[in-house]
Amino acid sequence: MPVSIPKSGSVAMSVDQTTDAPVIERPPRRPMSLQLKMGLVITGSIVLLGLLAPWISPHPWDTISMRTRFVPPNATYWFGTDEYGRDVLSRLLMGTRLSLTMGVSATLVSLAVGVPMGLAAGYFRGWIDEALMRLADVLMAVPPIMLGLLVLAVTPPALWKTALAVGFVYIPPIARLARSVTLTLANEEFIQAAKARAESNSYILFREILPNAWPPLIVEASLRVTYAILLGSALSFLGLGAQPPSSDWGLMISEARSFIDRAPWIALAPGFAMCLLVIGINLLGDGARERLDPRLKSRMGKR
Amino acid sequence: MTGYIARRLLFVVLVLVAVSMLVFGITALLPANVAYLILGPFAPPEQVRALELKLGLTDPIWQQYVRWAGGFLSGNLGESTLMNRPIGPLLMEAIGRSMMLTGASFVLIAVIGVGLGIAAALRHGRPLDHGISVGTYLGIAVPEFFWAIIVIIVFAAWLGWLPASGYEPLSAGFTVWAKHLIAPTMTLVFGHLAHVSRLTRSSMIEVLQSPYVTAARAKGLPERVVIMHHALRNALLPTITVLALDFGRLMGGIVVVETIFAYPGLGRLIVFSIQNRDLPTLQAAILVVAAVYALASLLADLLYARLNPKIRFGRNVG
Repeated sequence: MPVSIPKSGSVAMSVDQTTDAPVIERPPRRPMSLQLKMGLVITGSIVLLGLLAPWISPHPWDTISMRTRFVPPNATYWFGTDEYGRDVLSRLLMGTRLSLTMGVSATLVSLAVGVPMGLAAGYFRGWIDEALMRLADVLMAVPPIMLGLLVLAVTPPALWKTALAVGFVYIPPIARLARSVTLTLANEEFIQAAKARAESNSYILFREILPNAWPPLIVEASLRVTYAILLGSALSFLGLGAQPPSSDWGLMISEARSFIDRAPWIALAPGFAMCLLVIGINLLGDGARERLDPRLKSRMGKR
Repeated sequence: MTGYIARRLLFVVLVLVAVSMLVFGITALLPANVAYLILGPFAPPEQVRALELKLGLTDPIWQQYVRWAGGFLSGNLGESTLMNRPIGPLLMEAIGRSMMLTGASFVLIAVIGVGLGIAAALRHGRPLDHGISVGTYLGIAVPEFFWAIIVIIVFAAWLGWLPASGYEPLSAGFTVWAKHLIAPTMTLVFGHLAHVSRLTRSSMIEVLQSPYVTAARAKGLPERVVIMHHALRNALLPTITVLALDFGRLMGGIVVVETIFAYPGLGRLIVFSIQNRDLPTLQAAILVVAAVYALASLLADLLYARLNPKIRFGRNVG
C-alpha cells in the first residue's frame, strides 16, 4: 500500500511510471486494452445505430401490412417480417433506443438516490449509517425481479415506470459502493484539512468527497446499465414494461413466442441484439475499471 | 459460533418483518384503490364500497397490516381474490413444483459449474480455458428468457425431443414428468453456471500455485490425488458459499422461466396474481420467496464462517 494515496488515478499512474522511466513530460497514455477497444466499438456502434434509427431504418417500424406477414430474412427484409408484416430490422433499430434509454435512465435513478445515501452513510457513520444500510439490506432481501414486479404490480404498465422501478431495485448496490468509497476517503488528509477549515458538511460531501469518488462509481454504474437492461427487458417480457405496438426488445421476444416454430427470426433478432449490447457494455465497463482505477484492482487483492 | 448464529437468525427475522412491511406497504399504499383494481375502472361506487368494507380497506393502514401479518403467522394466509381458494394450499402446491425445478437446477449447477471450473483451472491459459470462459460469459450476457426461447427452438420446435411447455405430475409417469422438467431446468442452469465455474476456476488456480500443492507433488503423489484430495478441498471453500447464494438467485430466475414454459410453480403464480390483481396471493408468494432468499444468504454467511476460521474468531480477537 502506498503511504499517501494520491487523489486521482492519473496521478497514481504517473507516479508508478516515473519510478522506472525518467520521463520529464507527462508520461504517454497506456495503450487501450483489447477488451476496452472491443467494448467501445460494440457499444459505440449500437448507440450510433440507435441514435440514427429513424433515418437508417429501411422500412417504417410500425406500419401493419398483411401481405408481408412472416417473410423470412431476404434481400428486402434483412431480418424478415413479423406477424403483422412489420420489418424486424426496423423495429430492432427503434427498439435499440428504448433499451438504451431504459438502461441509462434506470441507472441514473439508482445513482441519484444511491450516491447521496452512500455518501451520508459513510461520512456521518453512527445511526445514519446503520439506518441507511439496514434499509438497503431489506431491499436486497427480495430478488430484484420480484421487487420490480411488486412495484409494477399496482400501476398500469409503461416503460418509464419500468425504468423507475428498475432504478429503485438497484439502489442498494450503488449505495453500498458509494459508502465504502466514502469510508476510505473520509480519513484522507484533504478531508481532515477541510474539516479543520470548518467547511460545511455539504461542502465536504459534494465538493471534496464526491469528485474523488466518481471513478469507481462511474465504472460500477456502466456495468449496472447491463443489469438494468436485462431486468427491464425481462419485465417488459412479462408484460410489465413497454406496451404494444412498441418495439422494445423484451416485448418483441415476448410477442414472437407464439410463432417460434414458424418464424423463429422474430425472436432471435432482438435476442442476439440484446446479448451483443450486454457483452459490449460489460467489456467497456471491465476495461474501464482496469484503466481508470488501478487502486481498485490492488484493493481486491488481484495484484 | 452459537452466538453468531443466533445474531444472524435474529437479523433474518427482522429483515423478513421489514420485507413484509415493504410488501404490504407497496401493495396497499401505491394504488389509489384496490377495490377498483379488482372490479375494474367502471364499477358502480356502491359495489366498490361493499368490497372495500369486505376487504377492510377502510381501516387504518397499520390495522390492515397487523391483521394480515397476524393471519400469516397463524397459518391463515387469507383467500385468493381471484380463485376464491385459501392461499395456503395453493402456495404449497406451487412451492412443491418450484422446488423440483430449482432442486434439479441447483444440483446440476453445482456439479457442472465445479467441473467446468476445475477443467478450466487445469488447462489454465489454453484453448479449453478460454472456451469455458467465453461460454460462461455468454451465460451471463444472454437473458434467461432468450435462453428459454433458444431451448424451445432447438429441442421442441426443431428436434422435437421435448415438450415446449407445461407440467405433468409424477403420477403421469416418470418419463413424462422428467421430460417436462428438462427444458426449464436447462434454461436455469445455463443462466447460473458462470458464478460457480468462474469462482472455482480462480480459487483452484490460486490453490494450485500454493506451496503445499508443490509439496504434495514433490512427495511424488499422483496428480489425481494432489488435485482431488489436496487442492480441491481448499479450492471449494469459496464456491460453497456462492452455491448457497445461487439458490436464492434461482428464486428470481423461476419467475421468467416458469412463465415461458407455463410451469405452474411459485414464479408463475406471482406473475399470474399480478396479471389478475390478486394482491393477497401476490403478497404471500413474494414473502415466501423473500424468506427462501434470506435463508439462502444466511446459509451462505454461516457456511463461510464455519469454513473460514478467520471470520469465525475474528470478532473475539479484535
